[in-house]
Amino acid sequence: MQRQCDIITAQQLTDHIHAITLDAGDIGLAARPGQFVHVKCGDGVLLRRPISICDCREGYLKIVFEARGPGTQWLGEKKSGELDILGPLGRGFDLAGRNVLLVGGGIGVPPLLYAAREVIGIATAILGFRSADHVILQSHFREICKRVTITTDDGSFGEQGFVTGPLEHHLKQGGYDSILACGPTPMLQAVAALADTYNIHCQVSLEERMACGVGACLGCAIETNDGQMLRVCKDGPVFSATEVF
Amino acid sequence: MANLRVNFAGVAFETPVVMASGTFGFGREYSEYLDLNELGGICVKGLTLRPRAGNPPPRIAETPMGMLNSVGLQNPGVDAFIRDELPFLRQYRMKVIANLSGNTVEEYVAMAEKLSDAGVDILEVNISCPNVKAGGLAFGTTTEGARDVTAAVKTVSRVPVMVKLSPNVTDIVTIAKAAQDAGAEALSLINTLLGMRIDTRTRRPILANNFGGLSGPAVLPVALRMVCQVARAVDIPILGMGGISTGDDAVEMLLAGADLIGVGTACFVDPLAPLHIKNQLWAYLARHGIAAVSDLTGRVELHA
Ligand SMILES: Cc1cc2nc3c(=O)[nH]c(=O)nc-3n(C[C@H](O)[C@H](O)[C@H](O)COP(=O)(O)OP(=O)(O)OC[C@H]3O[C@@H](n4cnc5c(N)ncnc54)[C@H](O)[C@@H]3O)c2cc1C
Ligand SMILES: Cc1cc2nc3c(=O)[nH]c(=O)nc-3n(C[C@H](O)[C@H](O)[C@H](O)COP(=O)(O)O)c2cc1C
Ligand code: FES
Repeated sequence: MQRQCDIITAQQLTDHIHAITLDAGDIGLAARPGQFVHVKCGDGVLLRRPISICDCREGYLKIVFEARGPGTQWLGEKKSGELDILGPLGRGFDLAGRNVLLVGGGIGVPPLLYAAREVIGIATAILGFRSADHVILQSHFREICKRVTITTDDGSFGEQGFVTGPLEHHLKQGGYDSILACGPTPMLQAVAALADTYNIHCQVSLEERMACGVGACLGCAIETNDGQMLRVCKDGPVFSATEVF
Repeated sequence: MANLRVNFAGVAFETPVVMASGTFGFGREYSEYLDLNELGGICVKGLTLRPRAGNPPPRIAETPMGMLNSVGLQNPGVDAFIRDELPFLRQYRMKVIANLSGNTVEEYVAMAEKLSDAGVDILEVNISCPNVKAGGLAFGTTTEGARDVTAAVKTVSRVPVMVKLSPNVTDIVTIAKAAQDAGAEALSLINTLLGMRIDTRTRRPILANNFGGLSGPAVLPVALRMVCQVARAVDIPILGMGGISTGDDAVEMLLAGADLIGVGTACFVDPLAPLHIKNQLWAYLARHGIAAVSDLTGRVELHA
């Protein structure tokens, strides 16, 4: 679906990270955790920008993004009016499981919030950030999850180190049946390796440069372990870790 | 009432708006966004004799008002297309144009035979993909290559043969004439312009393939110029494309000499772009009291 969506709220969360809530109508009603929207970022930027759905309730859809280049910078400055949105796109998370571990890193944390809200069972979150001033959405996760562990690379907030430390600790204790992960690729690979060691199903959300966002142009294809080309925008962005790592 | 119908190499198009190859897949994905019956036709994703995995990612890089792609003809192969995709496309009134690329003349011939037997409306012989090393471009940059492929495909095809030209040549007019002389019934142009972008932090090209094809609004002026030059040198109809994103762009392309117009990259920005372009084109005709879209073709008045 394509729609002009009213901006309901626009907030700055940290120096570079912004949150926008949209009245997304049908798009919001159809959105599932792990899916994304393709956002038109002004007239000077040609291609749309893929942004994960951070949260969604009754058609109100929230995105959280980092202002990096011209597209997301334009979006960060947009405080009111409408956004041209295409979505919801892609295949999201499989939310089955009684005891689910959510593992997020940096700007990969936002889509896990909607997953936390919608999982069938109980969610435990392990969220990693660079430092205290990069921590986002902490209170939201605390409202929904049974347990939230925050790590920072420099120890300025929560536990010092990467998410893999507390993740291994949780996995050793046992009782989890699924991991949902989103974050930088090295983090996802490390999480997938642990999931493999502890023999637990792991889904990862991947990024690739996109043009159409709907599966038509094959611009976002990645190669799976068995040599298939899959489209991140249509067959993903969520994949089973064993498929892609 | 303005008339959007176009007779193109003997094939009757209800509207002149055609989806450019590789930008619209096999129509399935975008059928969720627009009624394919509103389109004049679709050039399907570039086909090869055997399935191709295409190039490694990243395959997309943005550029000022354009984009580079290095998809590299990822496709399921001509047999799978005929079996799995053609029946879907045939549910619609729009014309189906099969875009084919080969490594050898024999491959082009084998594909042309299968596709024309399967009942596509037009063959679009791609001799211009910049993204595969041993691909069609080898034929698209010399008059001999263009002539040999066109003539060979003509011997087996039972449907009109359209040759897709590359802009990555010194003189596109000589290639166009060679294709016409070898029996091409139509031409399509332009394919993408070879380009590159570099990540200044890593000093590495953004595309894993290093180079890729430029498309989008940035290429419109180049496409117009080439269509204008070619249209004045040949007698066969032209599917003009490259950077069209508004009805006005489409009018320019028709004036330059195109009979049909192709829309590609614009769809990535707005899935409804082809319909907007069609409506704006219709409104232009109505506003200027022009009876048929074909009355615009080639009507640019060049300065002396
Ligand atoms: C499925 C998916 C979900 C995403 N979700 C989020 C999110 O929730 N929050 C967030 O902050 N970011 C997210 N991203 C990354 C976001 O799309 C990029 O940061 C953004 O496209 C950068 O655009 P720009 O103009 O600011 O930067 P530029 O670097 O100037 O962009 C240039 C081009 O590269 C593309 N590009 C650059 N970085 C990326 C990237 N990491 N992934 C894909 N394309 C890229 C852009 O789309 C654009 O076409 C997501 C990416 C994908 C694929
Ligand atoms: C992602 C992408 C894939 C393409 N694949 C093909 C292809 O398989 N065969 C072909 O002849 N042209 C291909 N093209 C070129 C287009 O058909 C068209 O000639 C070109 O993009 C210019 O039109 P536009 O600016 O409207 O996109 C591709 C273009 C893009 C952007
Ligand atoms: S971005 Fe076009 S297929 Fe994924």
